[in-house]
Amino acid sequence: MTLNVVWFVLIAVLFTGYAVLDGFDLGVGVLHLITGKDDRERRTALNAIGPVWDGNEVWLLTGGGALFAAFPKVYATVFSGFYLAMMLVLLSLIMRATALEFRSKNESARWRSFWDVTFSLASALAAVLFGVAAGNLMKGIPIDAGGNFTGSFLGLLNPFSILIGLLSLAMFTMHGATYLAVKTEGAQQERARDWALRAYVAFIVLYLAACSWGAIVARPVSARYFSSPAAWLAVLPLLAGAILTPAMLRRGRDLGAFYGSALCIASLNLILAVGAYPALAPSSGDPGTSLTIFNASSSPLTLKTMLVIALIGMPLVTAYTAWIYHAFRGKVKIEATSY
Amino acid sequence: MDALVLSRVQFALTAMFHYIYPPLTIGMGVILFVMATLRLKRKEPVYDEMLRFWVHLFGINFAVGVATGIVLEFQFGTNWAPYSRFVGDIFGAPLAAEGIFSFFLESGFLAVLLFGWNKVSKRAHWFASLMVALGATLSAFWIIVANSWQQTPAGFKMADGRAELTSFLSAVFNPSTLPRFSHAIMGAWVTGAFFVAGISAWYLLKRRHAEFARKSIAISIVFALVSTAGAAIIGDWHTRQVAHTQPEKFAAMEALFKTTEGAPLLLIGYPLPEVGIPKLLSFMTYYDPGAKVLGLDAFPKEDIPPVAITAMTFHGMVYSGVFLAFVALLGVWFLYKGSLERKRWYLRLLLLCMPLPFLLNELGWMTAEIGRQPWIVYHLLRTKDAYSVTVPAGQVLASIILFALLYAALFALGFSLNRKAILQGPHEVREETP
Repeated sequence: MTLNVVWFVLIAVLFTGYAVLDGFDLGVGVLHLITGKDDRERRTALNAIGPVWDGNEVWLLTGGGALFAAFPKVYATVFSGFYLAMMLVLLSLIMRATALEFRSKNESARWRSFWDVTFSLASALAAVLFGVAAGNLMKGIPIDAGGNFTGSFLGLLNPFSILIGLLSLAMFTMHGATYLAVKTEGAQQERARDWALRAYVAFIVLYLAACSWGAIVARPVSARYFSSPAAWLAVLPLLAGAILTPAMLRRGRDLGAFYGSALCIASLNLILAVGAYPALAPSSGDPGTSLTIFNASSSPLTLKTMLVIALIGMPLVTAYTAWIYHAFRGKVKIEATSY
Repeated sequence: MDALVLSRVQFALTAMFHYIYPPLTIGMGVILFVMATLRLKRKEPVYDEMLRFWVHLFGINFAVGVATGIVLEFQFGTNWAPYSRFVGDIFGAPLAAEGIFSFFLESGFLAVLLFGWNKVSKRAHWFASLMVALGATLSAFWIIVANSWQQTPAGFKMADGRAELTSFLSAVFNPSTLPRFSHAIMGAWVTGAFFVAGISAWYLLKRRHAEFARKSIAISIVFALVSTAGAAIIGDWHTRQVAHTQPEKFAAMEALFKTTEGAPLLLIGYPLPEVGIPKLLSFMTYYDPGAKVLGLDAFPKEDIPPVAITAMTFHGMVYSGVFLAFVALLGVWFLYKGSLERKRWYLRLLLLCMPLPFLLNELGWMTAEIGRQPWIVYHLLRTKDAYSVTVPAGQVLASIILFALLYAALFALGFSLNRKAILQGPHEVREETP
């Protein structure tokens, strides 16, 4: 039983790692056409995430694999249930990767602007869809006694989930803007700071709207906050992030602002995890059909084996990832081998 | 068409298209490591030029591989939900291990390899090439562990309608893991070797970048011989393992319809007229010319795979593999004689051989996967019971059309960028202006 809880935490860590790391890649993409006014600035933006975006995306792949390994019933039910939405997510991730890799491999202005637009739209679409998926899980999804999803694609596009999609868009945009402010200089940096503030305001407004609406419609997550005062501790880090981000931006301390927005993203995931526990895919109908860390998990032996793998692997990953971020630290300089 | 057929089409499309790229980057990864080592040990600038050029091509093909591989991590859940519930306790772990032990390694250090020329020391850059090669190889290991478990399940018990792990090591090192992993790796090396050799041969034919091409072709042709020979030897081992662990599949591969003592090795067979060497199949399989080999008639009709396609893909792979081994052997002989550059017909042949390894890899996987039918997990779960019943066929069709168009565009794009870089040649790639 403890193993199930450990894996709940680990899955949450993997998806939070993804949101914090690939989150700024997505945000840089959303702002690509807005903060980059000419070819040089756009290349600077692409190369700001150039050495790290691929590794950041691995957090999602590993999260997906770990979900399959630890809670296969959730992996099966949610991904088959969200079929078209998943395909759109995959499409947008593929288009993003392609645009990033191939945009600067040809001099033609039309070629480049085609990929610039593709990169931006695909990033925004992915950011919104992640939020829509989260919104649906917060509300609970229709699951029958056999553990199958019984809803429809259009049913996923409900107003509350779209609101969460917009919240996710604002949050990643804020994160990407603070990252750009760290990695760029001059006018581009100023624009990035301005957009970080704008996205911050949108994030706060949408967050408050999502909270008040979610209190009513997202019962599977919000119920705990009505019944248990201790759960409110999860909101404290968000408060800290929400204070830190604009304060640092105003002082021109971009790295601090970046950490602030990272804290906002991580604590939003924390708030959701604390609310949803022990459910991973709450049912909108009979709570007995909810997929939880207890009824959807793999065997104790698999959970234990996976834990050993994670304990060997993740410290290594963290160590060399930190080294790579360190090697590519500082402002972006365009070189012959750049994107 | 129903969702089952469509889901199978989609899996075949995405997996086969994806598998154009990983063998190339796994094979090239090892060659890059050799070049990076030479660059470190010998101070000649040509090694620097070589590494830069081949890393550039590696980057293009790696990118298409990543873009097309994302789908596969999620496709088991989207299209094969009952399968995912059935095998999740076992199959998910190698998938997650692949992420933790190889994807992170590969993507992280590839960034250093591609962009780190002026950011890290030469030694650190060399280390990155080693980690990229290691990451790519480990990735093949874990995904083949997962796939091999579908072929020869081990280390599990049936409980609550699913397969539950009883021994992780037995599941990982199930009877087919090692032969299949090493055979696939050899196939990948063959692909990388002929890719580098073919492009270098083209430069020699065009009398461009002579020193660069001479050194590149020398490395790759030796590598080609080692890997084709390795693929053949391990292939023989792997085939014997299939005969022991999946006899229906083996009978289909050899198109052996009747159980026979002293079975002949068919050089040509169903659906063509049979031409064979007497008793050789029995000898190769059991080291006994009189041994009994089970034919398709030994198994229930509903348990045997499609014969024609299994047999043809298998033989197609074997014949083109043997052909490539002779090409490599000839090349090493010319290299030893110092006449490689003068044999212009041979250089042309190398150029023509470039697409063959890609075909070989696909044929091998078709044999493996079609030969496993009608099972998705051998003798445990049938393919027809494993697809997502909740996904409407129309949605699967829509995603097939989407991916088919996208992949066609990606292929064209990747091809043209490879071509452009090759036409420009090593100097220009190096001096590409911002």
